[in-house]
Amino acid sequence: MLAMNYRGPYRIRASRKSDPVIEHPGDAIVQVSRSCICGSDLHLYHGLVPDTRTGTTFGHEFVGRVVEVGSDVRNLRVGDDVLVPFNVFCGSCFFCQRELYGNCHNTNPEATAAGGIFGYSHTTGGYDGGQAEYVRVPMADVGPTIIPPDIDIDDAVLLTDAFPTGYQAAEMGGIDEGDTVVVFGAGPVGLFAAKSAWWMGAGRVIVVDHVDYRLEFARRFAQCETVNFREVGDMAMHIKRMTDGLGADVCIDAVGCEAKGSALQELTGVKLKLQAGAATVLHWCINAVRKGGTVSIVGVYGPTFNAVPIGNALNKGLTLRMNQASVKRHLPRLIEHIRAGHVKPSDIITHRVPLEEVADAYYLFAHKLDGCIKTVLIPPRAPH
Amino acid sequence: MDMPVSQASEPGKRQGHAPDIDTTTRRPPHLDQIAGWGSDLDRAQRPAEPKERRPARLEGLHWHEVTPQVAHVPVLHSSERPGLTPIFGSPLPPRGLSGLVRRFAFGYSENDLRHWLLLLFADRVDTVEGLVEDVAHGHLPRLYAETGGRAELKHNPRAAAIKATALVAGVALIVAWRRSSSRR
Repeated sequence: MLAMNYRGPYRIRASRKSDPVIEHPGDAIVQVSRSCICGSDLHLYHGLVPDTRTGTTFGHEFVGRVVEVGSDVRNLRVGDDVLVPFNVFCGSCFFCQRELYGNCHNTNPEATAAGGIFGYSHTTGGYDGGQAEYVRVPMADVGPTIIPPDIDIDDAVLLTDAFPTGYQAAEMGGIDEGDTVVVFGAGPVGLFAAKSAWWMGAGRVIVVDHVDYRLEFARRFAQCETVNFREVGDMAMHIKRMTDGLGADVCIDAVGCEAKGSALQELTGVKLKLQAGAATVLHWCINAVRKGGTVSIVGVYGPTFNAVPIGNALNKGLTLRMNQASVKRHLPRLIEHIRAGHVKPSDIITHRVPLEEVADAYYLFAHKLDGCIKTVLIPPRAPH
Repeated sequence: MDMPVSQASEPGKRQGHAPDIDTTTRRPPHLDQIAGWGSDLDRAQRPAEPKERRPARLEGLHWHEVTPQVAHVPVLHSSERPGLTPIFGSPLPPRGLSGLVRRFAFGYSENDLRHWLLLLFADRVDTVEGLVEDVAHGHLPRLYAETGGRAELKHNPRAAAIKATALVAGVALIVAWRRSSSRR
């Protein structure tokens, strides 16, 4: 089959590799229809995630058609069109019993700190991802969800990660009616977080980024205020000025470890790797939120450590919430939001690229060129 | 809080922290254009409330313990676990020099910085091994295409021009240096 093939930092290609096979009676094989490039794929692409082996196929946001099922699969049939949450989870461990599917303890032998994730290095279980023609999908009776007939496939692919992650970011903020919510990052997750903040009753939503076309898109898509941090002096002080000197009620980090905005953080976190990525946005969140406020983190960081002003968080009495999204938990409610017309997730898709051109697609996405917000890869012979 | 739109969007005017919102109307007028505003105000509508919900609402579960997957290739596991998890990914088992470094790294716990730094080092070794493997199989790496050169040329021609200039200058310097060396 054709699959994206990681060759080292900044080097990828589409090449042939063996088709996946059933390795466990609970597995299914899915033929991919659509697969997105996620902002967190760029951390792999840039070589920042430990145990990213040469030859890995990335891709944790994908939908497709079931073409084979293992002997123990009861809930899926060949021919079903499914969206596959990015979490690989068992449904029965201590954490899954608490609906923490993003923290499953049974699907990642390589690390206890992370659950299983498709196509996201051996640090999250060593599974090949969906930027390919076919994928092995373990625990097929609980992970994949049959796409309802009234849900468009392009909306469905955004239900596998970006939309639920953005929603959970807002949810972890514990937003109360009238709250001021600041979302750092105008990428797909930040856009969905901003949108979701309104549903939870926010009185004011402010999105911060440095890419003008993305801020313009955020104003249209999420009807929010925007701030270009390149145009303000001190980010935390600017937010306080916008909020009568108190700070925001909720700050959301939808950027993660490759944040711009601080030369020192970029040097130590991204270039020299002396910390697990640039913690610029964590720094801003802690210092821009009000006393007693909440910082919600869904931006991805590495497993080592980061320099953050934890003393300020203590003195301000902050609540820090963070997690990988438990996608399956959110799907019913998010599908209701789509049906109600509150959001059309596929509105953020700006580029559709054949899988054969995956290297160009990553370059475009990584460098934020050509108005790129979300890129969808389409494999040859895709069933849709 | 019946606030006109102009006042609501005025910089410096705080909307948050307001205890006096009329919750009977539910949607402040200046938020009328927001589709779905307040639809998840009720926390019972939020799927991750409470944070740890029991019993889980997962459908389709028909096992108490997962049948273990059989390992046909070497799979490394965290020293913080007694063994493999029931389910795991099997592609790309550790191999070559990078594999040796990975095995060594897994001797340290996730709490030990050496574990992660050794894995990052192994990744770089793996990259070199991948290049060697490509060449050994008669596949010369197409660095230009693999780094998105075509997209750069089309959408970021300035960066492409800088790279091309640097490449030409580098080649010219090497040629000049070799000529001067041969004259001596």
